[in-house]
Amino acid sequence: MGKLVINQSLLNKENAESVTKLCPFGAISYENGGLSISAACKMCKLCAKKSGGIVTYEEEAVAEIDKSLWRGITVYADCQGGKIHKVTFELCGKAKELAKVTGHPIYALLIGENIMEQASELLHYGIDKVFVYDDEAFRDFRIEPYAAAFSDFIEQIKPSSILVGATELGRQLAPRVAARFHAGLTADCTVLEMKENTDLVQIRPAFGGNIMAQIISPATRPQFCTVRYKIFEEPPRTEAPSGEIVQMSVTEEMKKSEIQVLKTDKKQTDVDISEADVIIALGRGAQTDALRAEAEELASLLGAMVACTRPLVESNLFDAKHQIGLSGRTVKPKFIICLGISGAVQFTAGMKSSATIVAINTDKSAPIFDVAHYCVVGDVAEILPRIIKNIKEVKNV
Amino acid sequence: MKILVCIKQVPGSSNVEVDPVTGVLIRSGIQNKMNPYDLYGIELALTLTEKYGGEVELITMGPPPAKAVILEAVAMGATRGTVLSDRKFAGADVLATAYTISQGIKKCGEYDLIICGKQTTDGDTAQVGAEVAEYLGLPNISNVCSVDDLKDGVLYVTAALDNKTVKQSITLPCLISTDGDINTPRLPSYKVKRALTDDVVRFLSFADFSDQDPNHYGLNGSATQVERIFPPEKNTEKHTISGSSDEQADELFALVSKLKLI
Repeated sequence: MGKLVINQSLLNKENAESVTKLCPFGAISYENGGLSISAACKMCKLCAKKSGGIVTYEEEAVAEIDKSLWRGITVYADCQGGKIHKVTFELCGKAKELAKVTGHPIYALLIGENIMEQASELLHYGIDKVFVYDDEAFRDFRIEPYAAAFSDFIEQIKPSSILVGATELGRQLAPRVAARFHAGLTADCTVLEMKENTDLVQIRPAFGGNIMAQIISPATRPQFCTVRYKIFEEPPRTEAPSGEIVQMSVTEEMKKSEIQVLKTDKKQTDVDISEADVIIALGRGAQTDALRAEAEELASLLGAMVACTRPLVESNLFDAKHQIGLSGRTVKPKFIICLGISGAVQFTAGMKSSATIVAINTDKSAPIFDVAHYCVVGDVAEILPRIIKNIKEVKNV
Repeated sequence: MKILVCIKQVPGSSNVEVDPVTGVLIRSGIQNKMNPYDLYGIELALTLTEKYGGEVELITMGPPPAKAVILEAVAMGATRGTVLSDRKFAGADVLATAYTISQGIKKCGEYDLIICGKQTTDGDTAQVGAEVAEYLGLPNISNVCSVDDLKDGVLYVTAALDNKTVKQSITLPCLISTDGDINTPRLPSYKVKRALTDDVVRFLSFADFSDQDPNHYGLNGSATQVERIFPPEKNTEKHTISGSSDEQADELFALVSKLKLI
């Protein structure tokens, strides 16, 4: 922690101009013979590194905390409608890895109604203690009772790190509780590591994934982070349970809420290919009835959505909602398989930032192969049925 | 009903690069714009005041040019707005940002309803709204898809929660964060825009806040610290899957298995 200091004595007109140009945010200005830094400053400290001493960064002492008072890595067990979200198990596996560095115990925090069975299930994932807040006040997710139980847990147990699944529930609960403890919270971490001094190293994409940021919370506890589903490996379930379940008492104060849940419905899912993690995309080389049916089948096996290029929309084979490209939707799935798509710029501009791109096309010079990570020169009609057959065999359907 | 909408000015493009030598963001020459998710919040606020009366105010935090987003929202139909601007706010993480905004809101007055967008396109954390609610001691609901009714100081909303939609009531005053794409934001009125004067925008700085401890703001008030930023590993690897159709199919099957898609 610190501040930027301008050493006006080193200034002259020429070097002042060059210092103003150092700032990528245009926050430094030179007026009336003096430099000033505006509110556009992001504290990137580039000026301190590059201005030859004209701007310097001065460290300020930070109030130290006794990190040894905070022990344990906690996984918030996301449980809605009696079902533990799978991201919870993935986080249990990661917590175990992290705990190896510090030798801390691993805890799970479970909040809900009639959830003892779910608490027992967590004992198959290497948890040392499962702390349970079980009350009808927690039947539906309402921010105040959940945050109150969470806070009670932190006050009593004092965990060092808390991992929360980035579900829509987790994304509301984690910040609410983190702010209550003036604690650091990093969203959507893709890598987590542990330092020996118990600082949690959190790495996440910033600016739409073009840049990675490595983040720590060196002077506050607990350390909060959220992690999306399917980022970490789900550990195997152990046959024998281990660890213990701790029932926490629920006070009347915790149950207070200004929110009343009136009705819960299963979500009507509208087509939104931009939200899809996996996409099967079809082009003119794969527009037959048979191939479209097979693409649908593969999509349902992979939990994917079917999308297409503009010509297939123009031929009325698909609704415009399915179209990828500049005149359709931009997509960034984890996995996209392009079937019979030549790869016009209009199309690739809408999908080229996808994490893994597979292209199948008979024409080996098709431009789609310039953006694809896996290039398959071959016949979709022959390849697709066998992939479907293989998947069905392992899925036993 | 008095509604406050929290908005932000963001870079117009997410194509930000890192200087490989200094590790600093290269952002010069990028146009700024209103965070697109905030437009749904503004539209919702305007619709509510049309139905139930009242007015819409804005609050934002950023450098002085961030007043452009206030002017744009006023041209859409809001009444006035406040820019929280001070060098002391620089380098704020989620915690310090939420605290600064909550201090600014306390200074601005009392509101029945505070609306935030789903997230910003530059930070992408979707966390500031819930933290602001905590600092103001207000109940909050995220991912609100529609406001269905307002009766006796109680708001009836439908919100998305993972694979469910939940109809619920929440007592005013409260904070709601909207889901994305819940309405069609109106365009700013060219006529209003032309007639706009600067007095619809007010600037507040650190000196105006009731909490005068500089260690609660900006970099010093941030719990998280960025140790470093670096470019992601690029997938420059290109694999060619050759062989017979069956061999190609089997290799693709192995790939989807490895990526845990099954």
